[in-house]
Amino acid sequence: MHPQRKQRLQMVVFIVVAASLAVGLLLFALRGNINLFYPPADIAAGKAPVGQAIRAGGMVRAGSVVRAPDSLKVQFVITDYAADLTVHYEGILPDMFAEEEGAVVAGMLNDQGELMATEVLAKHDENYMPPEVAETLHPKVDAQHRGGYGQ
Amino acid sequence: MWAWFHKLGSPRWFYRISDLCLPWLTVAGLLFLVVGVVWGLLFAPPDYKQGNSFRIFYLHVPTAVIALVGYYVMAIAGAVSLIWKMKLADIVMKEAAVIGALLTFLALFTGAVWGKPTWGTWWVWDARVTSMLILLFLYIGVIALNNAFTHPEQSGKACAVLSLVGTVNIPIIYKSVDWWYSLHQPATIKFTERSTIHPDMFWPFVVITVGFYVLYAVALMFNTQTAILEREYRTQWVRDKVQQ
Amino acid sequence: MQFDSWQAFVAMGGHGLYVWLAYGVAVLSLVAGAMVQIRRRKSVLRNIRQHYNNESEV
Repeated sequence: MHPQRKQRLQMVVFIVVAASLAVGLLLFALRGNINLFYPPADIAAGKAPVGQAIRAGGMVRAGSVVRAPDSLKVQFVITDYAADLTVHYEGILPDMFAEEEGAVVAGMLNDQGELMATEVLAKHDENYMPPEVAETLHPKVDAQHRGGYGQ
Repeated sequence: MWAWFHKLGSPRWFYRISDLCLPWLTVAGLLFLVVGVVWGLLFAPPDYKQGNSFRIFYLHVPTAVIALVGYYVMAIAGAVSLIWKMKLADIVMKEAAVIGALLTFLALFTGAVWGKPTWGTWWVWDARVTSMLILLFLYIGVIALNNAFTHPEQSGKACAVLSLVGTVNIPIIYKSVDWWYSLHQPATIKFTERSTIHPDMFWPFVVITVGFYVLYAVALMFNTQTAILEREYRTQWVRDKVQQ
Repeated sequence: MQFDSWQAFVAMGGHGLYVWLAYGVAVLSLVAGAMVQIRRRKSVLRNIRQHYNNESEV
């Protein structure tokens, strides 16, 4: 290769390496702050600030969803299977919100270490399959789906 | 090898080869896209949890994938234009920026429209969505930088350096869902292990993605041809071409 | 075929707004992008021809 071109190739490599290094260091310095939410274990360990808006995320524990009979108030537990976090919310939950599904909630921790949520988002997983296949794989999903048809 | 490389760099040769390929590729690309979209909208089964909103997957994932791949096309063309001072590479880099920006916008838009029924929000500032927004700004940055100069010959170096610096963002976008807690789910289409999507839902995706790749190549070739005409109108071969 | 009727296809199980918004905007922006580039090609060719004609007149 022509020596001048070789020099320019080295410059190109240098630009990419230097930029990667700079951004890599930046991301390393910011590491915790890039997370969208705290898992319940971090909140239980006191890593999340109290009296300040935060987000928490985890799985909605099966059987933990309690809806008020006369209002939109709802209470549920999200878990990362290391610690639990009780969440209080008033409003309409997303369609995809369900027990044993992921959820991300935003709000403030109260004195009891429970989260008073102002927003609830559903987090879904990366698996896609037709309903018939899901029925054969997970009989439980089957039961949930059939629940509406007066079993 | 180098003879072939320099031939590739000749705008005249590129123009002639593109003229030969373009009609076939356009027909093939449109065919794949239409078949894939009809398959995805009408015949693919709905998802067991998301129902029919899952069909947005067929636009969201291909546009996002090609927006990322297209960034490497732009950056590699930028590197070639820096090292070899190849005019054709400079043109390809700038045209790739325009197409990449459109695809990134579509990936973000379809993502927002898909996020509303599945997550419960149009937008979230998580690592994946935010780094994808940065990708859009990088593409727009290259376009704006190019437009800031009066002559396209002057902007090449600046655009190429910005493209190269921005390549850092591509692995970050790709790995963001594994490195940080995000609302966006991890990748469904995987290279090293089995994809977590049922075959009945996977094949329409493959057909649409092939269609998008082919039409990406068509758009890049066609727009590059136009830019070649713009820049090379003083040469004899363009004169012959235009006046025939 | 996953849908029994035209209405069911349009409704997309209640997600019609989202599915058709995504597909509609995608088709519109791809077609618009193609049209902009075809127009650009035509205007470039027109300008070049004009340039050649002006040259030959001088």
